[in-house]
Amino acid sequence: MIEAHGLTKDYGDKRAVDGLTFKVEPGIVTGFLGPNGSGKSTTMRLILGLDAPTAGTVTVNGKLYRQHIAPLHEVGALLEARSVHTGRSAYNHLLALAQTHGIPRSRVNELIDLVGLHDVARKRAGTFSLGMGQRLGIAAALLGDPQTVMLDEPVNGLDPEGIHWIRHLLKGLAAEGRTVFVSSHLMSEMALTADHLIVVGRGRLIADTGVEEFVQQASGNVVRVRSPQAEELRLVLEGQDVTVVAVEPGLLEVHGLSAPRIGEAAAEHGFVLHELMPQQVSLEEAFMDLTRDDVEFKTGEVEAAA
Amino acid sequence: MRSEWTKLWSVRSTRWSLLAAFGFTVGIAAIACAVVSHHWPHMDLRERANFHPLEPNLAGVQLAQLAIGVLGVLIITAEYSTGMIRASFTAVPKRLPVLWAKAVIFATVTLGLMLPAVLIAFFVGESIFSGRHINVAFGAPHIARAVIGAALYLTVVGLFGLGLGAIVRNTAGGIASFAAIMFVLPPLMNVLPTSWNNAASPYLPLAAGEAILSTTPGNHLSPWVGLGLFLGYAVAAIALAAVLLVRRDT
Repeated sequence: MIEAHGLTKDYGDKRAVDGLTFKVEPGIVTGFLGPNGSGKSTTMRLILGLDAPTAGTVTVNGKLYRQHIAPLHEVGALLEARSVHTGRSAYNHLLALAQTHGIPRSRVNELIDLVGLHDVARKRAGTFSLGMGQRLGIAAALLGDPQTVMLDEPVNGLDPEGIHWIRHLLKGLAAEGRTVFVSSHLMSEMALTADHLIVVGRGRLIADTGVEEFVQQASGNVVRVRSPQAEELRLVLEGQDVTVVAVEPGLLEVHGLSAPRIGEAAAEHGFVLHELMPQQVSLEEAFMDLTRDDVEFKTGEVEAAA
Repeated sequence: MRSEWTKLWSVRSTRWSLLAAFGFTVGIAAIACAVVSHHWPHMDLRERANFHPLEPNLAGVQLAQLAIGVLGVLIITAEYSTGMIRASFTAVPKRLPVLWAKAVIFATVTLGLMLPAVLIAFFVGESIFSGRHINVAFGAPHIARAVIGAALYLTVVGLFGLGLGAIVRNTAGGIASFAAIMFVLPPLMNVLPTSWNNAASPYLPLAAGEAILSTTPGNHLSPWVGLGLFLGYAVAAIALAAVLLVRRDT
């Protein structure tokens, strides 16, 4: 469980995180979404106490991260930026971290096998590809068998097999009752993995909602209707709160009326329907819709400067 | 502690630096003693009078201190440059134990390695000199103190490097400030008026620390006071680093 209250962080006069209040619940995968520079990584550093908040607090499993006696058993974290000495082998890196908590060598070996780094465990981490580095970071995060797992862009640099593996891993961890908090800019990935979403833009909370509601909210109830009697149907359907757009001859887009109601209305008047499909915008589109203001603002700034 | 032990030995730069420090101390001592021994018959009386049988033995310490000091800087700044520090502070969010453990482990390793190094250097050197009957016994006045003091001096050099590295958090900056304070500052003192220079110079870290190596009188600071002052510089650097470590974002 992660709880943030009014979490704020300034770097100089730039506000990176602006009054974030949210709760990450155990037992589900919570996605942390936002455009680049929206404060996701900063928030994660604040959670780990690597940076001190300008205002507000954030607790993990009920305590400030710093107050945990054995933090690696409470929270396992993979940060976006690599945090491995490039001259040290994967095995020794994990061993050094394990030794701070008296975690046995057997657990280190277990994790190396789990993340599939067995063959390169003795090689220097500086020689690792991006994907191997991510796997090593994930091994470090899981070392202490933590109740809360926090991963910043875990699928970055992973091949499809690796992405598949992560997806199962995260769902498995959540199914075991752990708190799983994952940031990503890949909306499609979140659609497959996350149950709940926390969306930020320019350091502020934009949405804190279930994945399905998030998509539904953004799609605004659009239904595509294909009919040889499209024009007639349009006249029947159109009314208060309902707008109908003729996309092309024989194809309508109905806003404000559910698919069953459209079907009933068509049957009532004896119209033939060839297609009746509720439109769902993808999570990606929903996300872009929501964060457009923030992104546009930034682009505008750049243009003004140029 | 065990974690820092693993960290220290699992990186190549450690093994190379310590090997270099050990090799410099012993190797240069042997070479310097052999050279002196070889030239002894050709040296005039004045040269012979100025000769002190311990100086060539400890010549290697001059180079070893560079290796040890740089390694002291490196064991902390390399964590910052690679991002390892984030993993370290995530594992130990109170942070200070990381610095203490580094200091204790590094000091122990340096002393444990350099003590045999200076002893070997001494006895190898003296066995070379014994052929000319110009050797001194370990039990002679000041000798044991200077030889063992050399190992202590190198240990403090390492701690001073560690403190500076932890303050600067950047490898190039750390090594530069270490070299500047230790080796560039003393000759720079010559621009000051002579009386100021003479008053201040013995209290600089290098001069203070090297008092322990001296077997001849004429230093401003006595050997142990000098080493104590140098240790004071190192402790001050580490204390400042500790304050900054807790306060700064990572």
